[in-house]
Amino acid sequence: MSEAVELDPVESKLWITTTINGAKGTHLVEQRITLADFLRKQIGLPGTHLGCEHGSCGACTIILDGKAVRSCLILAVQADGAVIETVEGLASEGELTQLQEAFHAHHALQCGFCTSGFLMSLTARLREGPIDTEAEAREALSGNICRCTGYSGMVEALLSLSNEANEDGAR
Amino acid sequence: MKPSRFVYHAPTELEQVLELLSEYGDDAKVLAGGQSLMPMLNFRLLSPGHLIDINRVSELARYSLSDSGLNIGALARQRELELSPEVELAYPILHEGLTNVAHVQIRNRGTICGSLAHADSAAELPSIMVALDAVMNVRSKDSRRTVPAEDFFTFHLTSSLNPEELLVSVDLPRMGANTVGVFDEITRRKGDFALVGAAVLGTWDSDGKIRDCRIVCSGVAPTPLRLREAERYVSGTDLSQEVLIGVQQLVTESLEPTEDIHTSAEYRKKVTGVIIRRGLARLADQRSTIHV
Repeated sequence: MSEAVELDPVESKLWITTTINGAKGTHLVEQRITLADFLRKQIGLPGTHLGCEHGSCGACTIILDGKAVRSCLILAVQADGAVIETVEGLASEGELTQLQEAFHAHHALQCGFCTSGFLMSLTARLREGPIDTEAEAREALSGNICRCTGYSGMVEALLSLSNEANEDGAR
Repeated sequence: MKPSRFVYHAPTELEQVLELLSEYGDDAKVLAGGQSLMPMLNFRLLSPGHLIDINRVSELARYSLSDSGLNIGALARQRELELSPEVELAYPILHEGLTNVAHVQIRNRGTICGSLAHADSAAELPSIMVALDAVMNVRSKDSRRTVPAEDFFTFHLTSSLNPEELLVSVDLPRMGANTVGVFDEITRRKGDFALVGAAVLGTWDSDGKIRDCRIVCSGVAPTPLRLREAERYVSGTDLSQEVLIGVQQLVTESLEPTEDIHTSAEYRKKVTGVIIRRGLARLADQRSTIHV
């Protein structure tokens, strides 16, 4: 029976090809390794954090084929052919994104452990449309947990990016 | 917090999935969205020898809406259905239920059928399927059968699926033009598991009476629980204020919900009565929006 991913009989590992932050590569991965551990340990991108490892906290959120997902709940072998974005891919040549700048300006992080997950969730959300109200901001934040409870700064950062806030500022 | 060893299978055809299930069924789990299975693997609550990933079986990754109803394939994602304006129009109760399933990041991966096969008694979708008289389409290598939603859920985290069977799709019959339905739940924090939830559905007749009421609760029993006494109490009425108060009292007095670390049975009794009253009040409000 032919299956989509070929098992290497010697290593009991599988070959996958992924594009991570724009770089395409082929890697031999253990069948049971999660995408989060693959990114952190095998690719050397530790910015994706692991909090709960069962999908509750959101620290490991990445963008997979354009959608925010929990990388602790996906196997690396499932990412064969996928386009992956992690927090390391946000800033380009040392220049922060608008969202990162807003986080910086509004003190939207305390210990920083949850920040990369929030940034990836919010980056995906902001691509769908602007966040104009506090209710929308809190809804956008609801899938991630900040154990320092530093949500107010994040709400302010998001609202500072909204079109309405910018229009008010221009008046 | 890492899964134990398993052999990973990535079939591309439904027939291959059924073949693998017939060979390894007892020692295999089907991986669809993985939003419930992966935590169980990470915690090693489950240690299957074989994992059958259906994510590359494209024929399962679709849903279709027709005059007769909605067919949702095994791999159709929750978020995809939630964002469909046609699905929202045809099944507002399903749309509302989906927006209550965890968070966007989970719904981007999670599947409707995966949630049904997982059969968590606190989940939204099983109760909604019971309220809508949905039918599960189940296949194995050598057989196919259909199971009404009410018979599908047998216990907490247990469905009537046999180890070699796959829930291939679920069929939702079309809601009538005068049929209205809502879903509501109580959670400590938005997106958390529901302490209790309720799917409430009924059909307004030309005399201004509600008929064929369905009241199905999540989180109060090991399976979705139909409150038949409450359904009889409200069916044939105009859902007046007296009826709403009466049914809340009936539910609060008669319900014997489960108690767990999340909350007490006493609390569940009280809030179940409240959300059922609120749900029925919304059905009463919606009477003016339909034409009988």
